[in-house]
Amino acid sequence: MESFSHLSSALPAPWQATVAAQLQPGETLSAWLELDLDCELRYRATLLVLTDRRLLELSDPQAATAQPDADLARAWVVRQDLSLSSVERFSIGTLQLAEASGRLAHWRYTVARASAVAHLVHEFDVHLQRLRGESVDEKGAHQLLCPSCGTSYSDALDECPSCNAAIEDDDPPQYSALFRLWRFAKPRMGTILLGGILTFACTAAQLIPPYLTVPLVDDVLTPAQEGGANAVNWRLLYFCLAGLVGSELLAWILTWARNYVLAWASERVAADIRNETYSHLQRLSLEFFSTKRTGDLITRVSTDSDRICNFISLNVVDFISDLLMIAGTAVILLTMNPLLAVITLVPIPFVAWLSSWVRLRLKQSFRHGGVIWAEMTSILADTIPGIRVVKAFAQETREIDRFDGINHRVLSVNDRANRLWAFFGPSIDLFTGLGVVIIWAFGAWQIIQGNIKLGILTAFLAYTYKFYTKLRSISWMVNATQRTANSARRIFEVLDRTSTVPEPVKPIHPGRLIGAIELEDVSFKYGNRTVLSHINLAIKPGEMIGLVGQSGSGKSTLINLICRFYDVADGSIRADGGDLRSFPVEEYRQNIGIVLQEPFLFYGTIADNIAYGKPQATRREIIAAARAAGAHEFILNLPEGYDAVVGERGQSLSGGERQRISIARALLIDPRILILDEATSSVDTETERDIQQALDHLIQGRTTIAIAHRLSTLRKADRLVVMERGNIVQVGPHHELLQQPGVYARLHKAQVEMATAGAPVAAG
Amino acid sequence: MNNQTAPFGLSADALGRLVLIDADGVRHIGVDPVRSFPITDPQRWISIRDSRGKEVAFVEDLKELHPPTRRTLEEELARREFIPQLKRIVRMTNDTPPIRFDVETDRGPTEFLLNSEDDIRRLGPNTFLIVDSAGVRYLIANYSALDAHSRRWLDRVL
Repeated sequence: MESFSHLSSALPAPWQATVAAQLQPGETLSAWLELDLDCELRYRATLLVLTDRRLLELSDPQAATAQPDADLARAWVVRQDLSLSSVERFSIGTLQLAEASGRLAHWRYTVARASAVAHLVHEFDVHLQRLRGESVDEKGAHQLLCPSCGTSYSDALDECPSCNAAIEDDDPPQYSALFRLWRFAKPRMGTILLGGILTFACTAAQLIPPYLTVPLVDDVLTPAQEGGANAVNWRLLYFCLAGLVGSELLAWILTWARNYVLAWASERVAADIRNETYSHLQRLSLEFFSTKRTGDLITRVSTDSDRICNFISLNVVDFISDLLMIAGTAVILLTMNPLLAVITLVPIPFVAWLSSWVRLRLKQSFRHGGVIWAEMTSILADTIPGIRVVKAFAQETREIDRFDGINHRVLSVNDRANRLWAFFGPSIDLFTGLGVVIIWAFGAWQIIQGNIKLGILTAFLAYTYKFYTKLRSISWMVNATQRTANSARRIFEVLDRTSTVPEPVKPIHPGRLIGAIELEDVSFKYGNRTVLSHINLAIKPGEMIGLVGQSGSGKSTLINLICRFYDVADGSIRADGGDLRSFPVEEYRQNIGIVLQEPFLFYGTIADNIAYGKPQATRREIIAAARAAGAHEFILNLPEGYDAVVGERGQSLSGGERQRISIARALLIDPRILILDEATSSVDTETERDIQQALDHLIQGRTTIAIAHRLSTLRKADRLVVMERGNIVQVGPHHELLQQPGVYARLHKAQVEMATAGAPVAAG
Repeated sequence: MNNQTAPFGLSADALGRLVLIDADGVRHIGVDPVRSFPITDPQRWISIRDSRGKEVAFVEDLKELHPPTRRTLEEELARREFIPQLKRIVRMTNDTPPIRFDVETDRGPTEFLLNSEDDIRRLGPNTFLIVDSAGVRYLIANYSALDAHSRRWLDRVL
């Protein structure tokens, strides 16, 4: 009963009662599987349960209540002559239960369930083996099965990596993006608060001047006009003028301080955002980068973070100070003359309505604008590095046209936004302008009636002017808020992404590995295309393995899995007995040296490039590595030696030279596991010989996995692993494989034939 | 890696060629000393190569050499190096590359053409290396030590 309680607790809640009702006394669960399609390929949940005696099929309890007469459950007693098998094609699969004479039942599912299905089939087979009395190979005690999607995963992880990733894929709510910026603002809260206080003080200072005009007009100017020079209250006049100058100076100093303080804070917030986005990007797995375009990511780190900086330093502050100003003016207006104040407020509903109308339309435009802008950057990021290909194929005109096309789209999106915007500004002006006219009219009438004095009206108009100006600049906020919300959304889209190569929850520190690698029942898919299926391979420490096979046979994928650029979909890879997923990614990769077909040199000196994997390396180590890689001599031929700067793609060096630098780079970190991915296939034969010598240095005493098309490159390999369509078809040393009929012998023959056929041509 | 700071003799022969006698007594005529890190660590890591470019000796640190050998080596290195130091910028023709520079250096006044801003390399907070269109390198050892007039010119490209 123990196994039942263990498994049933993992069953999804709606099923538990149904399953319990179907079980016979003493029957225990051994596996279950929730299928997502019915036989007509409509989405409908069906549960398959394998017990110690039967295979049960249960229909969705909710759907069953809708059709009470439908079969709730079907069951088959597991017999020796039964077989359970699955076939997947593109995105759907079929699971079939058959006996010797024919099919008993079949089920359909989307490939999302594929690994869960495989698990059930495996359990079923184990069951059959037991029935036949065969010894059962209890596999993978270290593997857990995800209860929600059925993917197997290492018990070093607390959560299922594939489910976890799926949950994170959901779109984060858009509007909250702006508020989520709070996280970045928080560390600078002290400064931002100071800015807020200064803003408040500024607003107060700016509100003083019109107030002083009331006594100026009513108690100084009006009596002076009526009673001549004798009636002038000089003291009050001087006081008012001094007050006006003083308040202007005060506002000047306070605004200055505020601008500086807030710009300082927002610059830092933006820098934090950039840093965090970039470091998060760096930690994401390769899968993320293979789905995003370079230009788009560059825009996110640079332009989007800058826009947020502007928003915080300018817009938010302006917005707050405008709000304060509006509130302050409204209070002053109300205390001066409530009736007149109410009339001032008349245009506000119109402005508010217009703003929200425009906002909705602008939102769409800006979102499109952002997408298209990123696309444009992507074209640049594509074609500028690829300029040699463009020129070689004489496609400059086409590239110009392509850019022109996207530029036109930018234009049309911006045009639409501009048309709206062009209409919006003047419309606000019209409403507020009419508001001022209303005040003049009403004020004039009030003065004629003798209800108010001229000074009040003057001050009122001054305040109203401020009021409307602020109202207008608040409506500008519409634009900025939309743009920024969009930028914030794009940044959080990156930040919310978790690596599909997750860090373990309970890490085991690999330290320096000995270099034993075991692949156990490893499968991998890109999307729904199976690239590797059930690979088993044990590599001894210090052994050199040559991976052979046609393009697309899964060699590179295997290497990507061993480097943990991706995680296995099923099965496990262990290094020195520990599951790769239980190691912190960086610590594990420190044990790996890799030499790729296209060596990538970063912009920097040659010394920096060699020391890339070990920045603290001494100059002695760098020179030693370069010597061992056969790079020392040509480096010293450069005028600046090791200090020479090489470009982004190392343009000034030849392919062989770049490759030797990358070999030196791999040598310097003294890796336990060495990966050579077609390291010599992009250079000529003579250079290959030089590089091969450097490589021979490199592989000594290290576990090496090398991919090569030219079989001669793998002459030093202890064993060759021949792959075909995601499977290992042959394993063994060169001379053994040559004697067996098979893929390797065929490949070898083809290459020898090509070499001998090519020789006379080359000679002639 | 084994020939580091191996004892050797160095002298100039009658034709002005540099002759190195290595630890085994073999004479290498017409050798060429090269600094591995001419910018970041010029006093160490000197490679001495024969006329075919093969390394015959390696000096980890000039200080470890016998004074006469060291003097010969330093003289030879100095003779092979040409990195004028900019003392003053007289004029620049343009704001954006290509720019013709009219300068005064520690080796006298000269003119050169800068093709791209990428050819100006920052070596330190105040140190810059400029490579002109012909590949000649010029050093600005200390930017702040330049006069205000030169700095104003330079600010357009740095």
